[in-house]
Amino acid sequence: MGTADVEAVWRVESARIVAALTRFTGDVGLAEDATQEAAAEALVSWPQASPANPAGWLMATARRRAIDTIRRRTALRDRYALLAVDTAVDPAAASVEDVDPDRIDDDVLALMFVSCHPVLSPAARVALTLRVVGGLSSEEVARAFLVPVATVQARITRAKKTIAAAGVPFELPPAGERRARLGGVLSVLYSIFTEGSTATSGDHLLRPDVAYEAIRLVRTLAALQPDEPEVHGLLALCELTAARFPARTDPDGTPVLLEDQDRRRWDAAAIRRGLAALTRASTGGPGPYALQAAIAATHASAPSAEATDWDRIVLLYDALGRVAPSPVVDLNRAVAVAMTSGPARALAIVEELVSADRLPRSHLVPTVRGELLARLGRPAEARAELELAAGLCANQRERSVLLRRAATLS
Amino acid sequence: VATPPKEEKAMAKYMLIMRGTDESNAAMMASIDEAMAATGRLIEEMMKAGVLLAAEGLDDPGQGVVVDFGGDAPVVTDGPYGETRELFGGYFLLDVASKQEAVEWARQVPAVRGSKIEVRRVAEADEVPPGSGNSGQL
Repeated sequence: MGTADVEAVWRVESARIVAALTRFTGDVGLAEDATQEAAAEALVSWPQASPANPAGWLMATARRRAIDTIRRRTALRDRYALLAVDTAVDPAAASVEDVDPDRIDDDVLALMFVSCHPVLSPAARVALTLRVVGGLSSEEVARAFLVPVATVQARITRAKKTIAAAGVPFELPPAGERRARLGGVLSVLYSIFTEGSTATSGDHLLRPDVAYEAIRLVRTLAALQPDEPEVHGLLALCELTAARFPARTDPDGTPVLLEDQDRRRWDAAAIRRGLAALTRASTGGPGPYALQAAIAATHASAPSAEATDWDRIVLLYDALGRVAPSPVVDLNRAVAVAMTSGPARALAIVEELVSADRLPRSHLVPTVRGELLARLGRPAEARAELELAAGLCANQRERSVLLRRAATLS
Repeated sequence: VATPPKEEKAMAKYMLIMRGTDESNAAMMASIDEAMAATGRLIEEMMKAGVLLAAEGLDDPGQGVVVDFGGDAPVVTDGPYGETRELFGGYFLLDVASKQEAVEWARQVPAVRGSKIEVRRVAEADEVPPGSGNSGQL
């Protein structure tokens, strides 16, 4: 077995191993380090002798490394006594079957809650989730978010210390806090997805690999929390948004607007999965993710931009504005209103946002405002707005589209 | 602390294609309840890992027909085709980070002795060779 095989087993097993070891040791940092050490050993030993049960080998080796570390930490002697019971396990013969599957599910879920714990900064939650639950290396997290590797390593180290210092227990949140904490996990996963679906900076519009990591984690959460409608709402939103990825950029990477996309390139299977998830999300009153997914579903089932049910989209944005008020929602609603009631009505909504200064420094407001002014036959003002938007936009691909559009107006 | 070195990744879909023989199909049918339960457990694991896109099994090949494009016009015949010893019996469609990861999942399929699983990457829409005449027409 070579490096790529070690990586593959790692991807499949690392979250479960870290979760199980966190359960044994009560220390997510130690569990993660021990699992990484086991992977490093696998890289050396598997090419020489492939284990019959790679997952069991990793689990047993990681457990031994955890024991080694605990041995060195006199303060944790009591925990060691607990672990030492299992030291006789021969890694070559060890099996993952000795792990209770229900327990492991709860452990993976607890790992998600710990990684997304509110004591951590949002950036630390993202980094820790991708690292310990997603199994990504610090290098991969750094590449995904276009930040230096040292920054990611520092965030992860700090996050582990914060969790230890705050005494965050390794357990599922109590019933009273569960919904709110689940909302926290969903928002971390959604922020990872949006970074992949609309890169906030850099020279690519999409980073599908980042979006893929998010979808994978949301699917895991949906399998572990099948009765939570908003988990399925987020899954639906991610699937339906990702379904449009193949049509969202030209072969040279230039963004293609929704109305100009070749809808035959949309991923029909992903749309079906998204619609199925949306059905499961729609039990009871729809939450913010289900509503956003319903908007994406309305686009996904329309044969063209003109044939889209824009009235329904306006209604859905109204509902979304009620359950999760946000200036971005108002702005998107304005775009839909332009389709149903014309650009003048839409511009009034945007002007309100501008005068209240509710989205300062965002390129989105002048982008929409410029487009509406252009449709209203006010090209000079439109051009100034689009140039302003280009100046505020950190994504090079989007910026060049804005400048090109501005140049067509005079 | 070392981390497994990773190659530049792109998300990819892989299909695990179940290929049985008459003998292996018969062996599976002999303990079909067990096979279904084991497959159900694997599907659950795949869902929890966030990789499962679809999984389906095909009905008895004897109930199928073959549309044969060997001549001037397509010819329809009953049942499985000709001399083929291995028959496509079902598939798992997975969203994974690498071929090795797809292979790791394939190893876990509770397939009966004598059968095979073919692991194939699904081509993306933009991989249709230029000039092949059907790009964008699908």
